[in-house]
Amino acid sequence: MTAAAATPLLGRPAFAAPKRGGFMRIGTNDGSQTDTLDPTTWPGTFTGGAFGGSMCNNLTEILPDRSVAGDVAESFESSDQSKRWVFKLRKGLTFHDGRSVASKDVIASMMHHASPNAKSPAKAIFALLDNIKADDNSTVVFNLTGSSPDFPYMLSDYHLPIMPAKEDGTLDVSNPVGTGPFVLEHWEPGSPAKFKRNPNYHKDNKPYFDEVEFVPIPDVVARTNALLTGEVQFINNCDIKTLAMLRRNRDIRISSTPSTRHFSFDMNTQAAPFDNPHVRLALKYAIDRDEIREKVFFGNAEIGNDNNVAQTLKFWAATPPQYEYDVDKARDHLKQAGLASVSVDLSVSDAAFPGAVAAAQLFKEQAARAGITINVVREPDDGYWSKVWRQKSFTGVDWYGRPTVDWLFSTTLAKDAAWNDTKFNNDRFNQLLVQARSETEAHRADIYREMQQILHDEGGMLVVAFANYIDGVSAKVASGTVGGVYPLDNFKLSERWWMA
Amino acid sequence: MRTHVLRMLVLRMLAVRLCFGLATLFLVSLIIFFSVGLLPGDYASEILGQGATPEAVMRFRHELGLDQSAIHRYLVWLNGIVHGDLGRSYASHDGNVRMVADVIGTRLQNSFFLAGVTALIGVPLSVALGITAARFQGGWLDRGMTSAALAAVSCPEFFMAYLLMLVLSVNYHLFYSLAMIEPQMGLGTKLMRIVLPVLTLILIISAHMMRMTRAAVLDVMAHPYVEMARCKGLSNTRILLRHALPNAWAPIVNVIAFNLSYLVVGVVVVEVAFAYPGIGQTMIDAVRTRDVPVIQACALIFAATYIVVNLVADAVSIATNPRLMHSR
Repeated sequence: MTAAAATPLLGRPAFAAPKRGGFMRIGTNDGSQTDTLDPTTWPGTFTGGAFGGSMCNNLTEILPDRSVAGDVAESFESSDQSKRWVFKLRKGLTFHDGRSVASKDVIASMMHHASPNAKSPAKAIFALLDNIKADDNSTVVFNLTGSSPDFPYMLSDYHLPIMPAKEDGTLDVSNPVGTGPFVLEHWEPGSPAKFKRNPNYHKDNKPYFDEVEFVPIPDVVARTNALLTGEVQFINNCDIKTLAMLRRNRDIRISSTPSTRHFSFDMNTQAAPFDNPHVRLALKYAIDRDEIREKVFFGNAEIGNDNNVAQTLKFWAATPPQYEYDVDKARDHLKQAGLASVSVDLSVSDAAFPGAVAAAQLFKEQAARAGITINVVREPDDGYWSKVWRQKSFTGVDWYGRPTVDWLFSTTLAKDAAWNDTKFNNDRFNQLLVQARSETEAHRADIYREMQQILHDEGGMLVVAFANYIDGVSAKVASGTVGGVYPLDNFKLSERWWMA
Repeated sequence: MRTHVLRMLVLRMLAVRLCFGLATLFLVSLIIFFSVGLLPGDYASEILGQGATPEAVMRFRHELGLDQSAIHRYLVWLNGIVHGDLGRSYASHDGNVRMVADVIGTRLQNSFFLAGVTALIGVPLSVALGITAARFQGGWLDRGMTSAALAAVSCPEFFMAYLLMLVLSVNYHLFYSLAMIEPQMGLGTKLMRIVLPVLTLILIISAHMMRMTRAAVLDVMAHPYVEMARCKGLSNTRILLRHALPNAWAPIVNVIAFNLSYLVVGVVVVEVAFAYPGIGQTMIDAVRTRDVPVIQACALIFAATYIVVNLVADAVSIATNPRLMHSR
């Protein structure tokens, strides 16, 4: 898919030149009393958009066309088969309190997640890290123990903002200070966070808004009403059941951005009966993804093909055949597994992904016709990720994806990956993953094609659909191409958007 | 002499009630603490969520002291409470300690603000409406008000909230749909912001109080001494206000108390619908993330609110009708 095809429909304002001014209020579906300024505990959209994207910058950022560019870093380059990465920091860059950004700040920001006693969910990014050194005050060198051609992409993770270091070299997360487009004026956990423009921002002419405010509105009806009454100019996660009505309102538009986020039913490939590849194939043929897309997601999704690489990613490869609902083929594979019928428990809750319970019920009906009994086990929403996911052998999962194939596979499918919930362990796959890191671009494409095919044929992920980010936007606000790697235009909404 | 004995009796009753109240608080804290322990996961795993690696969870757990036994943690917490220290929220982290008192402080004030404004308008209004309905019992005014109250009381809170929001905010742009108030706002702005939640709450609680007032007054009106007053030629309104009402206060005060405590501890649905930063929302957040010190503090505040409000209600009932002191 080309970049143009991935562009959501934005209407004409998208092509007008950006202009300065205005107060933008953004309603988010999360934001709670337990939020903190410590990036290790940033759970999602509110913290990612307000602190990650507005108050701070990372070393790198992902542009809407999914390429990676320097942000706090002016440039970066690798040597020694991408084992050594040198980042040159932007000259004259200052934090909001006037301190200049130096190598020690970058090192503190990284070690906050990479050090042996870090409790950060971003720790996996530094799995290959040997050490971080400052060459001089504006040069930071990462030495890795293995090749990692996508390393700059990973540093764009919203958990890794550059914040100031304290005297002792640890990160200062109590001070609401970053280098970002906006300066924090006021915030209490669970309440709106208000920002004013950073007059010294390092990007030409940006940001365009004078002020932005992130407002936590967890209730979807309250969020929709806030948009309709003009109290906020943007809301994320619209209720897809009301989209048809919202589209009739001329004061707002719906922005639907294809993303890397995907919903799957994951099978533990080490546990019976899923350890038999034919049982996995039977299940893949026994699900009617088109029906689920229409009835559960009202068409606002792309169907999956059991390859967790999104079509919008570089190195995505078609993995034929597209699994289609085929009762005969499902029965065939059951027969090859030596079974006449099979009965499995599928654990879901709406915490697994929005619509998971409905999708599982439909799957149950569809699979029954192929002689497969699916017992839908309705798990409590609360504690789903600690007590059900990775504990039960067939579960619904919401994956946000990753901006690169290597990163995605390394965290979800490599043998020892922390999130390898399908316990996928394919020798060829594991070997190719490492090999791809030290190859040329053309070779990498070939290798990733083969890996995606292996995953499609043998993997335990039954990818139901790739979701779109569905946001409601006031007609008074305009934007360019919207990024779909992270929510809120890759969390850069406040920096990139403007008043039409 | 007689008033002295009476005062003694009232004071003794209050003291006994207070002791029961403290015992109740202790029980509540035990139940809450150990039932939160039964929920799957803890603060460490819930905050790290899907991104949690077992190793990160372990470190987090150790940092918070969650790897110590539940009884130990409970005793530490209880010791703090006895010394007036609600403890730290688990959301504290290096260099940024968040005390439970700070976490719930503003939220509690907000809840009392919303409850206060609602009560200030809602209580006199519904008592007046109830008396009016009783005065014109059986008439069109009475029947109209009773049906309206019945309709309002049958509406689920969220439905009422969304309905008001749709009509008064989305369609007619009269009021804010979001009741987000912040400490630095002026009183006027705050009041403007909370019009819709106050209206929702008044509609929900008034029906209850109005119907109870009406019933209590009518009940008293059936007594022989009212008949006597009528025979003496007193006007209906005078009988109602001077003779019936003072004797009807006890049940009315009780239903008012019940609704007042509901205004503090039960309005979470309304808080969610209008994104109001109240204490209910805080407790929900805390339960979701298993922030036990905050959950405990909220539970104690809720229980204490019930206990205190009921105590006050009893005292008021007795003051207005001392005969209630003696069991019949």
